[in-house]
Amino acid sequence: MKRHTRDAYAEALVELGRKRPEVVVLDADLSVSTRTARFAEAFPDRFFNCGIAEQNMLGIAAGLAASGKIPFVSTFAVFASMRACEQIRQSIAYPRLKVRVVASHGGITVGADGASHQCTEDAGVMRAIPNMTVVIPADATETAWAVHQIVDIPGPVYMRLGRPAAPVVYPDASRLRWGKVTLLREGSDVVLLGTGIMVSRCLEASAILEAEGVEAAVGAVSVLKPLDEESVVALARRCGAVVTAEEHSVIGGLGSAVCECLAERYPVPVRRVGIGDVFGQSGEPDQLLAHYGLTPEAIAEAALEVIRRKQS
Amino acid sequence: MLKDGQLQFLQEKARVVRRHVLRMIGLAGSGHPGGSLSCVEVLVTLYFTVMRIRPEDPGWPERDRLVLSKGHAAPALYAVLAERGYFPVEELWTLRKLGSRLQGHPDMRKTPGVEVCTGSLGQGLSQAVGMALAGRMDGADFHVYCLVGDGECEEGQIWEAVMAAAHYRLGNLTVILDHNGLQIDGPIRQVLCPEPFPEKWRAFGWECVEVDGHDFGQLYDSLLRPERPSSVPRVVVAHTVKGKGVSYMENRVEWHGKAPGPELLRIALEELER
Ligand SMILES: Cc1ncc(C[n+]2csc(CCOP(=O)(O)OP(=O)(O)O)c2C)c(N)n1
Repeated sequence: MKRHTRDAYAEALVELGRKRPEVVVLDADLSVSTRTARFAEAFPDRFFNCGIAEQNMLGIAAGLAASGKIPFVSTFAVFASMRACEQIRQSIAYPRLKVRVVASHGGITVGADGASHQCTEDAGVMRAIPNMTVVIPADATETAWAVHQIVDIPGPVYMRLGRPAAPVVYPDASRLRWGKVTLLREGSDVVLLGTGIMVSRCLEASAILEAEGVEAAVGAVSVLKPLDEESVVALARRCGAVVTAEEHSVIGGLGSAVCECLAERYPVPVRRVGIGDVFGQSGEPDQLLAHYGLTPEAIAEAALEVIRRKQS
Repeated sequence: MLKDGQLQFLQEKARVVRRHVLRMIGLAGSGHPGGSLSCVEVLVTLYFTVMRIRPEDPGWPERDRLVLSKGHAAPALYAVLAERGYFPVEELWTLRKLGSRLQGHPDMRKTPGVEVCTGSLGQGLSQAVGMALAGRMDGADFHVYCLVGDGECEEGQIWEAVMAAAHYRLGNLTVILDHNGLQIDGPIRQVLCPEPFPEKWRAFGWECVEVDGHDFGQLYDSLLRPERPSSVPRVVVAHTVKGKGVSYMENRVEWHGKAPGPELLRIALEELER
């Protein structure tokens, strides 16, 4: 089953809006795509379309947050994280304001619009900014749940959603613990750590590996920062080999975060499955995932390689 | 209109603030005297006559707000805040020092009375728009002032915010444009001319007045909040002199961002003795 994370976001946002009058929503002429139009319909007085002016939008959000509002700000990931990057840094993160940047159209599954609209750098850019919390939910269930979790975090949040419908990983939110790695499958030969839509692909990879007699643990890392280092180290210790998988550049995202942690605390063989140091291109989402090696098969192959490395 | 006696009081405050600014920057060994000295009368008028504030309670929700979008004029703001009682005057001498509450550019989390983090030009006005929007949503009676540099108006984000403020009909927002004609690399007309200001702001839907930015009477009359609620944001183009009050700094582009050494500081303080 698949469901759009943006739909889940919009529904949760309306629900949150009912409970929390201080929640306001801003968009930059993409409210149909990001789905914030639903909030605008429900609460027209608490929705601000800032036009095609992302830098100003993030600044307005800062001013609203400094005056007691909790702004949820949406546009495409590439515009949120890079067009308005310095506004997020200076106007929002530095003063630790409670602005929630919920960016849709992360990754390459944006598809046919091509590299200009795809975003493979956002987690790296946002992770490098002090005070920032960085979240990539695994599916629609977690997205809806996360909306209610992030509202009260005492600082800024960047949350990335995708364009296409995402495979449902969680039937309900009962197993989710904020900030913690969710262990979706036990195993001791290797651990597959995924984020976003790659979580479901890690589960598929674990089935491939099982057929070859390899027991792979699967962990979902939705909060990339602050990273649940204790769980990452514990899993590395138990399995001795790690594969990370993300719809993001191998520079700066989940793979980097895990390597930074393990290199200092518990070095084991690691392979990062992600997009190489290249831009995306036009194509269908599934074609692009295959072209850039973001498949269950590629994850399984990486797993076998790190297992060989730990044994030699 | 200013009342009798007020003018002298304000002039005296401006003189004291200028001396603080120069001493602070001199002691720090770095900072921006030119653009700090050009906006002293603006800030003194706001904090000593126009704005409704409670220095003993800087977070008072109903307070009027000033956003110093040209954040490099922080020394002028700090000096005015100290004179107004937000923190002790002695603290001014810690400017730019490790551990100080007075950062090189304004930090709302460190300094009482500072409303936003600025320093990266072009961003403050957007935040002021957000504050004015929040105030209106809450039915709060505060007014938001925002001090913008003329060179700063070369930033595209300023015009995004100007457009947004008019669109949202923010009559509770007033911009003061510190029109001293200079930026870092030279006169704004030579570097990248952002003029004419009144025509541009009016075309964007703002009300615009021009004043002598060192004349307390004109500043007071133009900065008083509108008597009746308005739905049009307002810009006060304040014609100023960069480096105002120090003979060797006035209208001199090289005094944008450097500190006077001990001898020049002595001369400047002497000029401002009365
Ligand atoms: C985004 C950004 N770019 C460049 C600078 C460096 N800078 C500091 S002050 C300044 C000139 C500002 O000129 P103006 O706005 O006219 O201020 P004033 O002359 O009143 O000091 C520049 C370019 C900066 N602080 N922020």
